[in-house]
Amino acid sequence: MRTNRLLLFTLGVGFLILVALSPGCADKQEAGGFGDAAAKVYVAPGTYDEFYAFMSGGFSGQVSVYGLPSGRLFRVIPVFSQDPEKGYGYSEETKPLLMTSHGFIPWDDAHHPQLSVSDGQTNGRWLFINGNNTPRLARIDLTTFETVETIEIPNSAGNHGSPYVTPNTEYVVASTRFSVPIPQKDVPINTAKENFKGTISYIKVDSATGRMNLAFQILVPGIAYDLSRAGKGPSHGWSFFSSYNTEQASTQLEVNASQNDKDFIAAVNWKLAEELVAQGKGQTWPANYYHNYMDAADVGQSEVMKEVIMLNAREHPGLVYYLPTPKSPHGCDVDPSGEYIVASGKLAALIPVHSFSKFQQAVQNNDFDGEFEGIPIVKYESVIAGEVKEPGLGPLHTEFDGKGNAYTSMFLSSEIVKWKLGTWEVVDRIPTYYSIGHLMIPGGDTKQPYGKYVVALNKITKDRYLPTGPELTHAAQLIDISGDKMKLLLDFPTIGEPHYAQACPASLLVENSKRWYAIEENHNPHAIKAEGEARVERDGRDVHVYLSTIRTHFAPDNIEGVKVGDKVYFHVTNLEQDWDVPHGFAVHGASTSELLVMPGQTRTLLWEPRMAGVIPFYCTDFCSALHQEMQGWIRVSN
Amino acid sequence: MVSVSNKPQSDGSAKAGPSTPTESLERIRRPGDPLRMSSRFAIVAVALLLSLTYYFPLWEITLDAPQYPEGLGLEIWINQIQGQHPGDLNKINNLNHYIGMKKIQPESIPELRVMPWVMRGLMLFGIVVALVGKRGLLFAWLVLFVAVAAAGFVDFYLWGYDYGHNLDTEHAIIKVPGMSYQPPVIGSKKLLNFKAISLPGIAGYVAIGSFLCAASVWFIEFRRARKGGFRGL
Repeated sequence: MRTNRLLLFTLGVGFLILVALSPGCADKQEAGGFGDAAAKVYVAPGTYDEFYAFMSGGFSGQVSVYGLPSGRLFRVIPVFSQDPEKGYGYSEETKPLLMTSHGFIPWDDAHHPQLSVSDGQTNGRWLFINGNNTPRLARIDLTTFETVETIEIPNSAGNHGSPYVTPNTEYVVASTRFSVPIPQKDVPINTAKENFKGTISYIKVDSATGRMNLAFQILVPGIAYDLSRAGKGPSHGWSFFSSYNTEQASTQLEVNASQNDKDFIAAVNWKLAEELVAQGKGQTWPANYYHNYMDAADVGQSEVMKEVIMLNAREHPGLVYYLPTPKSPHGCDVDPSGEYIVASGKLAALIPVHSFSKFQQAVQNNDFDGEFEGIPIVKYESVIAGEVKEPGLGPLHTEFDGKGNAYTSMFLSSEIVKWKLGTWEVVDRIPTYYSIGHLMIPGGDTKQPYGKYVVALNKITKDRYLPTGPELTHAAQLIDISGDKMKLLLDFPTIGEPHYAQACPASLLVENSKRWYAIEENHNPHAIKAEGEARVERDGRDVHVYLSTIRTHFAPDNIEGVKVGDKVYFHVTNLEQDWDVPHGFAVHGASTSELLVMPGQTRTLLWEPRMAGVIPFYCTDFCSALHQEMQGWIRVSN
Repeated sequence: MVSVSNKPQSDGSAKAGPSTPTESLERIRRPGDPLRMSSRFAIVAVALLLSLTYYFPLWEITLDAPQYPEGLGLEIWINQIQGQHPGDLNKINNLNHYIGMKKIQPESIPELRVMPWVMRGLMLFGIVVALVGKRGLLFAWLVLFVAVAAAGFVDFYLWGYDYGHNLDTEHAIIKVPGMSYQPPVIGSKKLLNFKAISLPGIAGYVAIGSFLCAASVWFIEFRRARKGGFRGL
């Protein structure tokens, strides 16, 4: 036992050295060795990319939208963080989207974008993304590329294994990366083993409106649930969650959570959970969490939810099983057929692949190897389909090309390894620059991947770009996988940290992309439909300015009668009904950002004047030849 | 009408002497004789074809500019003026405020209420021509057709002139001395950054086609009558 520990420790140190050295070790592709790469990524001026790629902004809290193969950035969609560029989280209409039970939180750590699917294939309706820090989920409407809903996850901490969807977007999931007392209570930290728990949550998605609703939570042992995928085809009805820290350490996890030879993949039978809930087997727990959404009038609303249905995993046989999986697995990826579950143990020297049919057989045969806090552990030998030997170091995440190949990112050896499903043989490898985290093949997690490219999402860039001081850009690399050998085509910078990305054919979204909001369908209670309705109304100390914008003027553009100490609400309606003609609005001394108002939309800015005088306001978005003239004054009196 | 009053001429009967049944039919026709059944059916078909003008634009004015790759333009229908794409009319009115042009408000253009009735009259007249079956009446229909078209073009020109010249110079933002913004009746013209292209729409081509068909019917009947020795229309 002691020698075992020593060996592990030595291995751990070895890995640390590798972490330190890996960027320097990787072979660089020879200059001039790129062949026709330039032609393959060149999207001629005025023509479109083949794919949309949605990349998480990581600690920027946003989502960025890129074109592939060009690597051009089109838009940053604000999700969990305020965005002054768009007035998101600053306008009265969008502020409610950032409400939580801890108050207004204008930031989160966004990790995993996930496109909605029908029958296991991308349908181009919505994009979901998780907030890790203050557990949340968000939904982005892909006709407007705007965040339209956020929901807080109660009884959770570190919402990392999220928001993976079930094959018809019945549910998006959430799970706890940081186990904590559930429900929260004040206990010594070193009582983690006895007091800490985890939850796995299923959030129902309304198939017509996309509206989210926390359907139920499953109380599970307190280990760190990391990443997830839903089963599909034969494994439809199940979800799989990788885990680490089955040691349940509460200090120095770096060492203490890397002790066990095997951690787990939790297999959750969500169809059974659905039935249990329908039979009233769930307990109703008190809760306190926010559900925020843009209503039919495009105004943010917050609802405070007070209850949640909880299923205790150990009380319901057949609900959760643990599949032993080597060394702190990160990725937990289901192949297009739904039969294989590929686990990527960050510290493992091989890639284990579980078989869903063997797992089902093992359950029938009671092939268990004890249990963990009441959850049966299936025998490793009874569930394993095969192991990819010597794939490289630090396997993290796997996606599929739909042609029988899997691609696994290798953080430590900084490469992508291509291997064959079924024979488990490594057939190709290509270096990445440097320290790849996730990788992404368009549709690579769906039933039918578009196996043309793989995108490497790298954590470190070092010498790849012009230096910008100590903080360097994170980056993506586009690699051609259409042939037998992978070929690096393009490096391009990303915003924040691109943990994960999703991509879909552009044709799925282009036709549905909204050009403007119909003014006659603007139901914002402070909207005005024509310039003639522009006015100023006083209600006690609140002053409501119903302001219209159209090229190239505000109405009204001279406002008087405002007093120091008033709360002035500028309700700005953009009367334009034309493509790509937003107007901006900014007023001197406002403690918020500008507003950026889309054609036909109404947005509200709150301004509290602090001194008497004549204060200018103006349009911030160059809207026409007379944009400079689009200005006005507001007189503030004592 | 003209042909109805025509009297048979002597050399018409002199040509008598049938050798085939067709010739005999030709020979016995008289100036006041009804149109052939096939011609009447053709006229009914033409009259009915005109109903398509209710379902398609008569005329299109396309505005071409670099900032509008998605296209911008107006469609003139028999009873309305609308954008080629949703929102186009609004966009054009908004753009026109820069040059002081007044708003195009379809509800305030009386012709759009009159034109459907004129078209119904024209169609009804066609049916009557087919029923009565007189070539002269057919000719009168053609004359009316041309008159309606001419009136339409003149009216179109006058509206275009009014919009293009009677600008609110006091409030116009862009004033180019000597510049007017009248769109062409047909063809293209550069108006500041826009190239205005004016061409018939589907209903316009239908109307032109209908007229040509009706005119052909008349011409064939006219030729046949000429062979029969008539003068007159």
